[in-house]
Amino acid sequence: MTQTADSGGRPTGGAAAEPSTLLEARGLTRRFGGLVACRDVDLRIPSGGIVSIIGPNGAGKTTFFNVVAGIIDPSGGTVEFRGRTLISRPRRTWLEPVFWVLPAAIVLLVEYLLGTFSGDEESISLGAIAVIAVLAATLLTAIIRPRWYSRFIDRFGVLRSARPNDVVAAGIGRTFQNIRLFQNMTALENVLVGMHLKLRSNLGDHLISSRRQRADEEAATRRASELLALVGLQGIENELAKNLPYGDQRRLELARALANDPVLLLLDEPTAGMNPNETAEMTALIGRLRSDLGVSVLLIEHDMRVVMGISDRILVLDHGEQIAEGSPDEVRRDQRVIEAYLGTGAS
Amino acid sequence: MSAIAGSTAGSTGTDPGLRARLRDFSNRHRSITVIVGMAITAIALPLIVLLPPFSSFSGQNIWLDGFTIAGIYVLLALGLNIVVGLSGLLDLGYAAFFAIGAYTYAFAASPFTGNEFPFWPMLLVGALMAATFGILLGAPTLRLRGDYLAIVTLGFGEIVPIAILNSSKYTDGPNGIGGITPPSIGDFLFPTTGNPWPFYLTMLALITLSMILIYRLQDSRLGRAWMAIREDELAAAANGVNTVTTKLLAFALGASTAGLAGVFLASKLQTVTPNLFRFDVSFTVLAMVVLGGMGNIWGVAVGAFIIFMIQSVFLKQLNLFFDNVNVPILSDIDFLQYQFLLYGVALVAMMLLRPEGLFPSRRRRRELHTEEDAAFGELGDPMGAAPK
Repeated sequence: MTQTADSGGRPTGGAAAEPSTLLEARGLTRRFGGLVACRDVDLRIPSGGIVSIIGPNGAGKTTFFNVVAGIIDPSGGTVEFRGRTLISRPRRTWLEPVFWVLPAAIVLLVEYLLGTFSGDEESISLGAIAVIAVLAATLLTAIIRPRWYSRFIDRFGVLRSARPNDVVAAGIGRTFQNIRLFQNMTALENVLVGMHLKLRSNLGDHLISSRRQRADEEAATRRASELLALVGLQGIENELAKNLPYGDQRRLELARALANDPVLLLLDEPTAGMNPNETAEMTALIGRLRSDLGVSVLLIEHDMRVVMGISDRILVLDHGEQIAEGSPDEVRRDQRVIEAYLGTGAS
Repeated sequence: MSAIAGSTAGSTGTDPGLRARLRDFSNRHRSITVIVGMAITAIALPLIVLLPPFSSFSGQNIWLDGFTIAGIYVLLALGLNIVVGLSGLLDLGYAAFFAIGAYTYAFAASPFTGNEFPFWPMLLVGALMAATFGILLGAPTLRLRGDYLAIVTLGFGEIVPIAILNSSKYTDGPNGIGGITPPSIGDFLFPTTGNPWPFYLTMLALITLSMILIYRLQDSRLGRAWMAIREDELAAAANGVNTVTTKLLAFALGASTAGLAGVFLASKLQTVTPNLFRFDVSFTVLAMVVLGGMGNIWGVAVGAFIIFMIQSVFLKQLNLFFDNVNVPILSDIDFLQYQFLLYGVALVAMMLLRPEGLFPSRRRRRELHTEEDAAFGELGDPMGAAPK
């Protein structure tokens, strides 16, 4: 492995002001039809901690991950992140279309009544234009001022499902079990996409190529190169992601996940398909992320040497149920864990 | 940003040093390159048509008129390139936005409505109007992908001309709106016949402006987000890209370019009819984008220009030529009628022989010709699909 890049100026986690619990999942459940992929899973990640989830295939590890990452909605339970509820079951989402249709319907009705009373055909067709205008106005408000919009619908008890980008904005980055890089973009561009939320320039800046836009891009490119160096990928900035060797792709995905300066990283089998040498390097890298950048890590992993080596706490899932939770030593001795992995002994 | 285009010197020319330096310059100063390129085009085109093979077809004025109309298609192709080439959203109803732009200006400046708004601000209004409809179409269809999105946009592309056709009270139905005011600068009204230069130069200015703006978008974080969505939507969302607004912006900005083209078309032809915006326009523009080289702004522009010239000049000349030499069967064929057959053949041939288009972006060329470079077989999916 190579030297660590300078990470100066970056806020490190674990400061005194931060709550000691970074993420807390309570009773997280997800059903797919009759199948319960995840049942009542509780998990607490302390600031600066490395927590692993293990379990046999099909135990619901990735489902749990996807719920925390906002990709699928939970059927029950909540996830709190930095003291704020980030994920919970969507409520009254059926009400949302009403907000869209209602103003337009009112306008239409008013226009129709006016039209019938005055007998003027003109006003009926003006009504159609008014309806389109109202729809467009609602839409633009929802897009340009999403916060107003969510506050407004919140007043009516509507809770939309969290989107993956909201989770990223809260400070959680993730990698995928099957590498999902932007294959036809260069390594540098991949990291720059990861930096999307860090860049503050808006559409106007893009169009006039303002000073802010150029400064933004320059800083982002510099930071992206730093991140690539941090994961040991310097010098391959302009290679297409798909042309990189497998191990490098894993690292590039990690660099991309780090680009948004997350406080928590969700790593889905970061050493899958790696040889022992690469695995050791990746393990060291994950450890360094915590010590140098102060990033907490939630890890899914099958390789027990990795899990036992770097985890503070381990959560064991089997058939969607949480069968054990504790330090590596406790988990190793837990009877139910041994049974889940090796089967029940003949007695 | 030079970082986007990459600075891996790959091609070997006669003078690699000069070429590399030129490319580096054009990557760093995109706007200057576009302006210089378009200026050269503006001067070269009128001169070329004075030379023998071209000058025998028709006079310079008629050529320039043709170039102006070709420019409208170039604008359309540039706009569709944002939606299809950059963001990977297949839009088969693009002509609808073209129609909305054209009718916006027709309502704003014609004896039919009695309004007399000036042309220049209406360019902006037409673009905004089309963008609004782009968002209205985009919002409910955002969850759709690939083929499904194509079908919905196809429907929208059909609905708009039919709606215009049927609301004859407001649009005069199939007759269209005539007598639209041409643009003017001060007291100078653009001549509709005779001198083609004002329209020609205006068109070139519009294309230059659009190209500069689209280049800037492509090199910004928005452009990267578009490409990320094209590559892998889920991964883009998991990296903080708001896929909803990003896709809506692609729709809106693509549509606004079509709106711009529409306003110009209405002022150039002085008349708009629903027939001008049928499905064949959407299809032609899509063919231009694909043949020109998806994602490459210059490639798409040049591709659109060449295809338009082939359909409006070459085929006509072919008819005249065979009429004159009196070849028994060929002189009976109306080549103009076989336009779409030719598109179809060209598209199929293209997909087989040169899938990256005539003038591919360097990115796409690498994308489609890297089987031999992909060192790791398990990941070297030649079409670049994300492993599922």
